[in-house]
Amino acid sequence: MSANLLEVKALKTQFFTRDGVVHAVDDVSFELAVGETLGIVGESGCGKSVTALSLMRLIPNPPGRIVNGTILFEGQDVMKLDDDDVRALRGRKIAMIFQDPMTSLNPVLTISRQISEALELHLKMDRAESRKRTIELLELVGIPSAKKRLDDYPHQFSGGMRQRVMIAMALSCNPKLILADEPTTALDVTIQAQILQILKDLSQEFRTAFILITHDLGVVAGMTQRIHVMYGGEIVEKADTFELFDNPKHPYTWGLLKSIPRLDEQRREKLQPIEGLPPDLIAPPPGCRFEPRCTYKRDRCSAEHPGLRQALNAKDGHETRCFGTQPGAMNGWLAQTDWRREIGSIEVLEQVKQQVAELPPEAVRAATSDVPPPPAAER
Amino acid sequence: MATITASQQRALDMNVITRKQRSLWMDAADRLRRNKAAMAGLFVILGFALVAIFADLRVGPLHIQLAPYDPTCYFYLNGHTACGGDVVGARSGPPTANPFWGANADPRFLLGTDQIGRDILSRLMFSARISMVIGFVPVVLYFLIGGTIGLAAGYYGGWIDNLLMRFTDIVYAFPDLLLLIIIMATIRNTWIGDIMGGLFLMFIALSIVNWVGMARLVRGQVLSLREKEFVEAARSIGAGPVRIMTRHLLPNSLAPVIVSMAFSVPLAIFAEASLSFLGIGIKPPTPSWGVMINEGFVVFTGTPSMVLLPAACIALVMLAFTFLGDGLRDALDPRMKL
Repeated sequence: MSANLLEVKALKTQFFTRDGVVHAVDDVSFELAVGETLGIVGESGCGKSVTALSLMRLIPNPPGRIVNGTILFEGQDVMKLDDDDVRALRGRKIAMIFQDPMTSLNPVLTISRQISEALELHLKMDRAESRKRTIELLELVGIPSAKKRLDDYPHQFSGGMRQRVMIAMALSCNPKLILADEPTTALDVTIQAQILQILKDLSQEFRTAFILITHDLGVVAGMTQRIHVMYGGEIVEKADTFELFDNPKHPYTWGLLKSIPRLDEQRREKLQPIEGLPPDLIAPPPGCRFEPRCTYKRDRCSAEHPGLRQALNAKDGHETRCFGTQPGAMNGWLAQTDWRREIGSIEVLEQVKQQVAELPPEAVRAATSDVPPPPAAER
Repeated sequence: MATITASQQRALDMNVITRKQRSLWMDAADRLRRNKAAMAGLFVILGFALVAIFADLRVGPLHIQLAPYDPTCYFYLNGHTACGGDVVGARSGPPTANPFWGANADPRFLLGTDQIGRDILSRLMFSARISMVIGFVPVVLYFLIGGTIGLAAGYYGGWIDNLLMRFTDIVYAFPDLLLLIIIMATIRNTWIGDIMGGLFLMFIALSIVNWVGMARLVRGQVLSLREKEFVEAARSIGAGPVRIMTRHLLPNSLAPVIVSMAFSVPLAIFAEASLSFLGIGIKPPTPSWGVMINEGFVVFTGTPSMVLLPAACIALVMLAFTFLGDGLRDALDPRMKL
């Protein structure tokens, strides 16, 4: 598989904190072809961003460290590069778009200086050249009268414009791969659509591979070719985008899908949130990591850790980390389940709700920090 | 639709609403300009600076001399004058001429002379030079030393931070004035103490004592800034540590640094005056306000103006810098209300 732009094998990133070792990314493997777009989906704290930062070796050390795994980028092991070579890679071959455009731009530098920084660093352009290229880039991402806005400061730009600037920065050296870490989370919905359209156009125009990291399944639906769902530091389901929405094979994915509002839903019914809290990554559950919140669970789920395998009744390459949908001893008790109708065991649901209700509110807030409050569930 | 001609296009371009490019610094300058006390302070400082520069300026054929006489020239009562060299004659006697409001005023010397016949006005003017230089040069040195150490400690963290900050703490633990006196008293009589009439040693001594505050300030700023996303963004485009420190961290931490520098200037001037008054600062015959107070001190009861005039200069300059510092603080950080 030498055609792949990126191959990540058994990536394991941990944070060594006073409370213990946080298994932020645990045994994550995936690959990406040239020009492909991949979505990584999951709720906050499941290791999406840490995966992205690991790819660029940007994990703050201490406390974080990539303890295991290989990251092959264009056949070269990023893990084995020295600091200078990694810096030469960052921005030049792999670029990143950050979540919050309000804080990702340096407030004391003009827009042109921020964008030209990468150009000067990697392509050794002089001022005049980089200025010219900066204008091109700004026009490319759709900033009107780019020439006039060149010497503006970030505070003179709106959120959407700043995110465009961030995209222009990421594009400046024509990278092979762009990691977009929640690029639209901080923007309002109309701007989100515009930004996503720009990303989509650019990936087609320049054959840039994208990894789009988000907690919003709606964002990845129209953008990506494949989707990986992450939970508790692991990939729990891998599938083509269409396949994932059409025939999801992991109870966590079902939960995610049930918690987004759908226009084609017939009955007036409540959105169903996933009850419970994401697992503590210092001491993750010994069995399936989703087991404590799963309403479809069996005894085996808490005893044994499921591997990532081809799912039953699914397309080739659709992998899941759930005993219920894998071939095996119990013949996949969930293989035929219609996730839209059957919500699993009501008793388990009540138990999970009860457990959360008994937790002190600080613990709940801590476990769900940096998740925007869920929208009102009623439609 | 008709095509647009070049001239029409130009007209269109001119009508595009453009805002002036405004950096945060320009906003701050505006706020400073509106602050009356700060502007008054700035004018006083500018006034002293002009006097200091033009006290005796020779640039090629150009010669501007604001000061009436050479501050080291003695005007003896018998009409003789002598210039240069150290104090000759009695220092405890009365001044040879009183200021214009005094009994035996001499129209040649507006503010009178000292005990050995040197013109007070000229000496005050030349002293302004010392004070201005001593106000600004060490502060730049604080910034260079403290800024570098603070940046490195804050950015790298870990053992580098520990090492640099414990060293900083050790220097910080010494009482300022005591350390200054020790340095000045021990090195003043070596050849280092003779460079620039003792000025050079004062620069060094002040810098050794005072860079710690700057180092701590910059480190604190860097600690909070380095977690910001734009620093991560800079790292993600492949910027190295030096670039991140100089281009991203330092400019963003500059506002409190400038305020701190503005407040350090009067303190440095005051330290010079104190040391010179104690006789371990600037070496006579080079005039400085502290030296003048020291010399006038012995005849304070007879001729208080010899002490009061340089003291008033020190007070005025310090007040001006304090006002300017307050104004800068308000201008650079409108949220910070102290």
